[in-house]
Amino acid sequence: MTDFLKMHHSEIKRILAKYPNGQERSAVMPLLHLVQAEKGYISRHDIDAIAGVLNITSTEVVSIIGFYTLYHSEKEKACYRIQVCTDLACALQGADQFLAELCKKVGIMPGETTPDGLITIEEVTCLAGCDRAPLFQVQGDGTIRYHENQTPENAAGLINQLRINARKGGE
Amino acid sequence: MSDYLLLRHRQHPEIDTLEGYLKLGGFKTFKKIVDGKDPAGVIEEVKKSGLRGRGGAGFPTGVKWSFLPNDITPHYVVANADESEPGTFKDREIMEKNPFQFLEGLMIACFAVKASLGYVYLRGEFWQVAGNLEECINKLRKQGILGKDLFGSSFALDLHTHLGAGAYICGEESALLESMEGRLGQPRLRPPYPAVFGLFGKPTVINNVETLTNVPLIVEKGAEWYRKYGTEKSPGIKIFSLSGNVNKPGNYELPLGTTFQELIFTHGGGLKPGRKAKAILPGGASSIVIKATPKALDTPMDYESVAGLGSALGSASVIVVDDSVSMLWVTKKIIHFFQHESCGKCTPCREGTYWMDQILHHTKNNKLSIQDLELIRSVAEQIRNKCLCPLGEFSIMALVSSMEQFPEDFRS
Repeated sequence: MTDFLKMHHSEIKRILAKYPNGQERSAVMPLLHLVQAEKGYISRHDIDAIAGVLNITSTEVVSIIGFYTLYHSEKEKACYRIQVCTDLACALQGADQFLAELCKKVGIMPGETTPDGLITIEEVTCLAGCDRAPLFQVQGDGTIRYHENQTPENAAGLINQLRINARKGGE
Repeated sequence: MSDYLLLRHRQHPEIDTLEGYLKLGGFKTFKKIVDGKDPAGVIEEVKKSGLRGRGGAGFPTGVKWSFLPNDITPHYVVANADESEPGTFKDREIMEKNPFQFLEGLMIACFAVKASLGYVYLRGEFWQVAGNLEECINKLRKQGILGKDLFGSSFALDLHTHLGAGAYICGEESALLESMEGRLGQPRLRPPYPAVFGLFGKPTVINNVETLTNVPLIVEKGAEWYRKYGTEKSPGIKIFSLSGNVNKPGNYELPLGTTFQELIFTHGGGLKPGRKAKAILPGGASSIVIKATPKALDTPMDYESVAGLGSALGSASVIVVDDSVSMLWVTKKIIHFFQHESCGKCTPCREGTYWMDQILHHTKNNKLSIQDLELIRSVAEQIRNKCLCPLGEFSIMALVSSMEQFPEDFRS
């Protein structure tokens, strides 16, 4: 068992208790969320540990990480992910233009990470906030938070704030 | 409309606290039916109300509940809170602002089908919503509204949330079950249907969040009362999620049978000055597109009338497209979404959505050549009726219907 799993022993017990006896496998998604909330990504070490706890193979855990877009493996780690919805309803409210202008302000293309490795801006599919477009969610500090009715200006301001937080956190 | 029935927080903002909800009579209905010990009676009342599934399929809710066999136990109820289709954002508002009414609906459903465990499956992006719901559930446990021997009866009930991680397909009920069991969210071959072989291989009811939020009021006030709203065949009220080229996008709670005209112009503030409605997608990105003719705009939004226009009301996520927008561009957006969300299990969907996306992304001057038009039509027809779940079928709806009704937007 990794240090991480030892540290979160009671939380893991609570998660496993949500599912009937013999159905522990159901806990794979919540356990992956738990690990990722702490580190922002899921390491090979954690994959093996989760597989061990649930009595499934590491390959099965890896396939779950690959299938679901919110999980990030070690090689995909980025500090903060700014995930802008550009699907139909948001695009009709100007989401494509918002994304282009925001990227220009930050100096990267959609899908890219800033040279300091702190910010990735990417397009995502529908976030169920079509009436409050343009909107994006931010992943990276263990939470997933929505930012709605955005302008490129206030989004750029938020990104600056995230940068400051990340640098402080890294010190 | 006088009083809100589902979006009640708009009149009673305190309804998101347990104290606030209890003051408004919350959980009295749940207690009453647990005391009454008549699950079959509850199912009968919901059947009589004519409530149909609000997630999109429109299947009669009470009928769904009556399918569970009594000789296979335990039973489960899962609330489908995986709301992920472009145009839909109603369940999120309910869960954020009126969570206890939704939970009471889920609890009544559990009692009616004799389930002692209910789950809420939320899309991973609803991380904050899930946290709030967990807190609500904890409060109910502390108050003795969830737990063992409820109100002195032998009925026990507990609820849990289960958070997905970003996959539209998990809104499809059999993929949702696979995901809850810790597997890839890919649809199951049916039969057997979830009513017999569902979660953990046991009889399971899966209901949409909005559907369940209707239940406490139906059981409290009766089927007759509920039928006062809406039309004879589509009784009740509905949350219409209005988005796209309108001045006031948002959720509007209205009786079924309200016209598109009233939703878009009276409630939604109409379109930008000088713009006209060109097309309507009545049920999100999976809709068959409706040309916004005066006759279409005057059509009542109930299941039958929208079907009469050759489309479907679905989840009533109404996306309005104005006359400045090319339907080829609309189609491109939609197909790209479904291509991204195809789970990869069925070849026609996995390959077909990919190739349609490729063809549309290589258009010149936003038009298609005659060869490409033929090719994309042929790919679409090879997806139709050939997949385990409706996602493949959904991906071609806007394309095929737009090509028919707006050929000038596609052909050079």
